[in-house]
Amino acid sequence: MKNGKEITYREAVRRALQEALLEDERVFLMGEDVGRYGGSYACSHGLLKEFGEERVRDTPLSESGFVGAGIGAALGGMLPIVEVMTVNFSLLALDQIVNSAATLRHMSGGQFSVPLVVRMATGGGRQLAAQHSHSLENWYAHIPGIKVFTPATVTDARYMLAEAIKDPDPVFIFEHAMLYPTKGKIKENGNGFNVERAEICREGSDISLITFGGSLSKALEAAESLSSEGIEAEVIDLRILRPLDTETIINSITKTHRAVIVDEGWKTGSFAGEISAQIMEKAFDELDYPVQRVCSYEVPIPYAEHLEKLALPQANEIIDAVKEMF
Amino acid sequence: MAEFKMPTLGADMTAGTLIGWLKEPGDQVNRGDIIAEVDTDKGVIEVEVFVDGVVEKLLIETGAEVPVGTTLAIINENGKSAEKVTALQKTETKKPIKEKRLRVSPSARKLAEKLGIDLQNVNGSGHGGRIQRKDVELAAQEKSAVAEVKTKPKDKALEKESFTRMRQAIAAAMARSKHEIPHYYLGTKIDMSRALDWLAEENANRSIKERIIYSVLLIKAVALALQQMPEFNAVWENDELKLIEKINVGTAISLRQGGLVAPALHDTNKQSLGDLMKNLRDLVSRTRAGTLRSSELSDSTITVTNLGEQSVETVFGVIYPPQVALVGFGKIYEDVSVINGRIKGCHKINASLAADHRASDGSRGAMLLAKIDKLLQEPEKL
Repeated sequence: MKNGKEITYREAVRRALQEALLEDERVFLMGEDVGRYGGSYACSHGLLKEFGEERVRDTPLSESGFVGAGIGAALGGMLPIVEVMTVNFSLLALDQIVNSAATLRHMSGGQFSVPLVVRMATGGGRQLAAQHSHSLENWYAHIPGIKVFTPATVTDARYMLAEAIKDPDPVFIFEHAMLYPTKGKIKENGNGFNVERAEICREGSDISLITFGGSLSKALEAAESLSSEGIEAEVIDLRILRPLDTETIINSITKTHRAVIVDEGWKTGSFAGEISAQIMEKAFDELDYPVQRVCSYEVPIPYAEHLEKLALPQANEIIDAVKEMF
Repeated sequence: MAEFKMPTLGADMTAGTLIGWLKEPGDQVNRGDIIAEVDTDKGVIEVEVFVDGVVEKLLIETGAEVPVGTTLAIINENGKSAEKVTALQKTETKKPIKEKRLRVSPSARKLAEKLGIDLQNVNGSGHGGRIQRKDVELAAQEKSAVAEVKTKPKDKALEKESFTRMRQAIAAAMARSKHEIPHYYLGTKIDMSRALDWLAEENANRSIKERIIYSVLLIKAVALALQQMPEFNAVWENDELKLIEKINVGTAISLRQGGLVAPALHDTNKQSLGDLMKNLRDLVSRTRAGTLRSSELSDSTITVTNLGEQSVETVFGVIYPPQVALVGFGKIYEDVSVINGRIKGCHKINASLAADHRASDGSRGAMLLAKIDKLLQEPEKL
């Protein structure tokens, strides 16, 4: 990576997991098919062989059970990394997450921390139909007591995990399923790696495209196309949904005076709605056009390829939304 | 036929800019109706009409700056003309009067303010005619092109920030006051214990919204004292003292952005304390929002300034010409009074009078302060 060779997002996640297991013996991996099968997205391929069954543990199909076990292990001094196959399945563990993981520091008066990391795949685009394709990051971003990371780049996939493990509170990492095979170079930053700030992936003066996760590449694609028509879009990768870096958003809008938020969640009650509200509260006087959102259609994500494509936000929709504003 | 003229909204106002008409030809108007908005040194003022009738014609179009006394509209006092006269007699023909609220993006509004662009004259290119930044930028370019043609001093005056204009208005009035008016100053300590005790009891029976602040007692006491001392409720004009029958106490209200105005509480002496409180609160909020009425700005017959909130002990006021007196109050403080050789703790306030020596003499001024004191000792009668 130092010589700037491209690697896949999947490989970046695998290296991050490998590094975490090597660095601290309290770290262990747990989840459905993470061991013998090498992870349903092959992110833990080879790790069982390298670290053994004690540290790479296959679990039954019981999200509430193994997420709960992860919370217990974290309370007991371990640093568990729990993998949930998709965000849809994580709903079975919501009670453990909302009522235990997120609350125990508060309810114990600061005596207990839950240094748990939960990774899960999110999003559609792979024809996995309505029970494996949704984007519910906003549900998690709603909950105080946990942090929500959404690595959209190979660099974040590689380095966010270590920061998540260091955090004394539960951190949820959402990896968009479409990103695993994508390739990129890891950016080495001399100033260290931060998990506080959103990143401006492309500078522009005319409009702010605010997005995260799997929609980042679509926003960048739209920005390139718009540039050829004379509209320079600034693309912001939020990276972390909770706590949200509002300052970067507001600074961008103060410059561009327009914003489109791209979010694969359904529009009603979406995280895009939250960002829009923050803009309204903090930068109302900067706006030259009502904030627009490009989100998924409000249907269960379809199986059929052409319908699935229609249901999810696409670059051409972003381009249309932007052009409408000029 | 009555002519509706650009009113003078302050001693030093020479011209005003018509911001917008709130009535149009054919509309029925009644005395006291707000007919137009005028931008002055003191901000945007709602201007009332003083006759009943039907608007016959609007002579001045929105955005024009005209001298005080210019006829703005013709009002037919016996008119029932339903026919709407729309022709605007004016040098340039511009857009018709906009009835609807302007649609302006917040950023464009901010930019227009910064560049001094009147949004009424800007064409909106956005959805539903919404004015956007680029429209304001375009208007600014046009304006600077026009400005080059115009004479320089006038253009400069147009571009001055409203704050600077207010500062200049205050400067002109205060300089004139100190230049022309031979002030004399008197001060006294007034025991407020009874008034405050009574007020506490009174407020206990009022809902939070209706509670009265002590400043209202001070204002009312000044107004009642003036009934007996008419030479202080007057103006000095053309080397003559003109007594004014109505007592409209002007209350100095400072603005957050700096500067101050002293709008009138009409018929202060006839209002109940509750009404005065309500009207004062309304006046303060409208002053700060910039929606004062013309009569409120020009009708004050005396000024009361209360700097107690700033923990000032005594006020040495400057009279607002052509008025002839200003009563000032400092903060309420704890003190002792000696009654029949006994010391008693009490609350006092320093009242001061700045008065025009051309209009009154010190002994009469002393009587005015004494009367205010006496009135404040019987708060239940206020």
